[in-house]
Amino acid sequence: MIQVLVYVAIVLLIITVAQLVRVFELASELKGAKSNEVNYKDHRTQGKLIMGFLIAFFAFFIWQVFNYKDMLLPEAASVHGKDLDWLMWFNMWLVIIVFFIINFLLFYFAYKYYSRPDSMATYYPHNNKLEMIWTVVPAIVLAVIIILGLKMWNTITEPASQDAIVIELYAKQFDWTARYAGKDNVLGRSNFKNIGGANALGMDTLDPAGLDDIVVHNELHIPVGKQIEFKINSRDVIHSAFMPHFRIQMNAVPGMTTSMHMTPSITTDEMRRKPYVIDQVKRINEIRAKKGEEPYEFNYILLCNKICGASHSNMQMNVVVDTQEQYDTWLGQQKAFFAKK
Amino acid sequence: MSDHHEHSAHGGEEGHSPEHAHEHHEQSFLSKYVFSMDHKVIARQFLITAVVMALVGMVMSSLFRLQLGWPNHKFWLIEYLLGDHWGKGGTIDPNMYLALVTIHGTIMVFFLLTGGLSGTFANLLIPYQVGARDMASGFLNMLSFWFFLISSVVMLCSLFVEGGPASSGWTVYPPLSALPQAIPGSGTGMTLWLLSITLFVISALLGGLNYIITVFNMRTKGMSMTRLPLTIWAFLVTAILGVLSFPVLVSAVVLLLMDRTFGTSFYLSDIYIGGQALESSGGSPILYQHLFWFLGHPEVYIVLLPALGIASEVIATQARKPIFGYRAMIGSILAIGFLSFIVWGHHMFITGMNPFLGSVFVFTTLLIAIPSAVKAFNYITTLWKGNIKFTPAMLFAIGLVSTFVTGGVTGIILADSALDVPVHDTYFVVAHFHIVMGLSAVLGMFAGVYHWFPKLFLRQMNKKMGYLHFWLTFVCAYGTFFPMHFLGLAGVPRRYYTNSAFPMFDQLVNLNMLVSVFAIVGALAQFIFVFNFFYSMFRGPKSEQNPWHSNALEWTTPMAHTHGNWPGALPVVHRWAYDYSKPGKRLDYVPQTVPLEEGEIDGGGH
Ligand code: HEM
Ligand SMILES: [Cu+2]
Ligand SMILES: [Cu+2]
Repeated sequence: MIQVLVYVAIVLLIITVAQLVRVFELASELKGAKSNEVNYKDHRTQGKLIMGFLIAFFAFFIWQVFNYKDMLLPEAASVHGKDLDWLMWFNMWLVIIVFFIINFLLFYFAYKYYSRPDSMATYYPHNNKLEMIWTVVPAIVLAVIIILGLKMWNTITEPASQDAIVIELYAKQFDWTARYAGKDNVLGRSNFKNIGGANALGMDTLDPAGLDDIVVHNELHIPVGKQIEFKINSRDVIHSAFMPHFRIQMNAVPGMTTSMHMTPSITTDEMRRKPYVIDQVKRINEIRAKKGEEPYEFNYILLCNKICGASHSNMQMNVVVDTQEQYDTWLGQQKAFFAKK
Repeated sequence: MSDHHEHSAHGGEEGHSPEHAHEHHEQSFLSKYVFSMDHKVIARQFLITAVVMALVGMVMSSLFRLQLGWPNHKFWLIEYLLGDHWGKGGTIDPNMYLALVTIHGTIMVFFLLTGGLSGTFANLLIPYQVGARDMASGFLNMLSFWFFLISSVVMLCSLFVEGGPASSGWTVYPPLSALPQAIPGSGTGMTLWLLSITLFVISALLGGLNYIITVFNMRTKGMSMTRLPLTIWAFLVTAILGVLSFPVLVSAVVLLLMDRTFGTSFYLSDIYIGGQALESSGGSPILYQHLFWFLGHPEVYIVLLPALGIASEVIATQARKPIFGYRAMIGSILAIGFLSFIVWGHHMFITGMNPFLGSVFVFTTLLIAIPSAVKAFNYITTLWKGNIKFTPAMLFAIGLVSTFVTGGVTGIILADSALDVPVHDTYFVVAHFHIVMGLSAVLGMFAGVYHWFPKLFLRQMNKKMGYLHFWLTFVCAYGTFFPMHFLGLAGVPRRYYTNSAFPMFDQLVNLNMLVSVFAIVGALAQFIFVFNFFYSMFRGPKSEQNPWHSNALEWTTPMAHTHGNWPGALPVVHRWAYDYSKPGKRLDYVPQTVPLEEGEIDGGGH
């Protein structure tokens, strides 16, 4: 019943508006004005609005920068991440400058040259010199961007060093499992056909390299200052292993092993003591307190960043960067997967 | 350029005298409005279908913005619209969230901005602006619309099937899209999605071939390629991109259908799901991505180029100036078109592709920035020292240049493989592609509707509602998508139903709320447009023949929907389309049909 009333009300509203518009139109037609024709008053009003928008738009940008700058990811916690961040902000400032200049010119010209009763446009169909300039200048800037970018790309994609610690990240709907290669630093073979019972990763019981492999479910520990090489696998759909604090990401593709590597440079404890992080955590906890939720403590995180199903938004694992001693202690407490049985 | 060509095109048309055809058979309602082969009717059919689809896509985005802005709140509207199963208790079911995002993206990209944009304006303007009586094949053109309509209907039907519509994102990557065990939307819903897209591609191909042939073969006497308005160049290159890339999408889709129904394994290998190891082996999910993005990247230019073409025409006309650097604009369109085929890998930097291959894609992608920059600068120089008339269409066109630049510059970051790593698939990307592709194309489409409404429906749209619509849309558009950059830089992934599983994202609730408020106000503002559109269609003031004092040929046709466009002989073209404010002329425009004076140089030469 209420539904019907709502529909009727909407229809009546539309009819009323239509009639009102019609009445206004007829009234102004009677007065002899071509009210719907765009006139000089409109050009002036819209020109000024455009200028107003330009100012508001830039103000909005600056407001956002001030408001949100403390909410961005903290400084990179990996060795390559520092350089990557530098490059990111170098590029970012470059494009922000371009953003300001071009939007300014666009809106300013639109405002400055709005039509007045006596104004005429200048016939100016082309100017090869100008066009040359704005082909060549962007080309040079882009060349710089490409060279710096590819250098960085080469650093992060070069093969991991021989003594990097090898860890498998294994994705399935909807959680992550980590497998450490153990003392031999070689992961044992695995195959999806072996999956069953406790053997969730399909490890091959006959491969001696796998006997010392350690399987971890809830927390990933890594030592600071050592290169870590992640071997990434998935058993069902595509997932993506994303560790935003370390600026690394790689897809987990069923049927194919991918890899990425990095060297963590800040331990979890150190990161928790950084002023920027302390502020963030404080702010977060104020919000959580209002919602009646438990306080939060900073943690690095591994999250899934490729749509993978209903719980895609909750496929995560904490990452802990330990000092070497902490890491050794922790590792010593873990048992090899096959030893558990 | 092609004297021979012009003559034969012209000569071929002589036999068909339009008044004759008109006098001798009165058309029935059915053949005039429903199964019409007239390009003007087909354009209106495309436009209205697209408006309806866009409303569906927009309501979906409002629903999931409600969810993202107020994660734990219960909304009566959600339960009402989604029903007991998907919107139980007033919050969206996570699977339904993904379904809404998927269908929203699909509708916006394919149905609104490919079918709707090209379908409306290429159909309306190509015959008009090249001086032809109709498309090369009216029949194929009609089929193109009917395939589009059926495909839209199939897509809408998929919303109501068991398991819900496709929900693996608009890119429908397998294995998620291939396995119903993985997500309910990959059942019947996905089959219908694939069917719908196949029909859609047929529509796009029929349309595209027609556009290409018409532009090449049916230009009127004197209309050389370098006298074409830039709109036509944009539609032409768009159609070529579509014809070359859409078939690849079909092959991707057909292989996916085979994997789903006949147990092949093109894309599947080594999968254990639902407690069972699948038989499939030897396939690669990455193969699908290569095929998909081989269409997918040209697709973003299929969406953008027509909008840029419309902007060129509107900006030149309303600034009362020739478009600056006409030939450079054509060159840029061609360069963008060509380059768009060799950059698809930038969507796949982190799929484990060979790093060297990645480098190649970085290089080609960043090259595209050059012709894009040229276009932006040329638009701005066109405004410089203009005599700017702010019609609603002009405002939308200027808005387009702004979003094209604002969204384009962040592309420089995403194209840089190393920098893509930390922002890939985050909201930074959502901000980028909505601004550069979504907003630019939507603003361009609005510009086109306001500008050519008199040719579409012979009446004027109400200007006050037009202004209000522009400002609300433009402000809310930036208000919605600009803050998303910051979400991305804070590490928030896209396609998350909620961020509440991550305390580190709790600080962003206010930002998300702000975005949602802008999004919803912006969505409501579209009803002003819808009202203005339908109201003016029937009751708007009648338009004069050339309301914007434009040079292009479409305005030399009478204000009536005559079959064959020109009642008498076809117009003969003597000059390019941009002689605005030319020194020594009485008026500030010189239509293309006006002969050159003694010693006058054509094409902006002095
Ligand atoms: C009414 C205004 C709009 C709003 C509020 C809106 C908002 C959104 C949001 C929040 C997402 C989800 C992002 C995610 O979780 O990954 C999304 C996805 C998307 N939108 Fe929009 N959008 C709007 C208009 C458009 C337009 C005009 C286009 C046309 C290009 C578009 C194309 C897409 C695409 C392609 C996706 C990705 C879908 C996917 O992840 O599979 N949207 N939109
Ligand atoms: Cu996921
Ligand atoms: Cu692309």
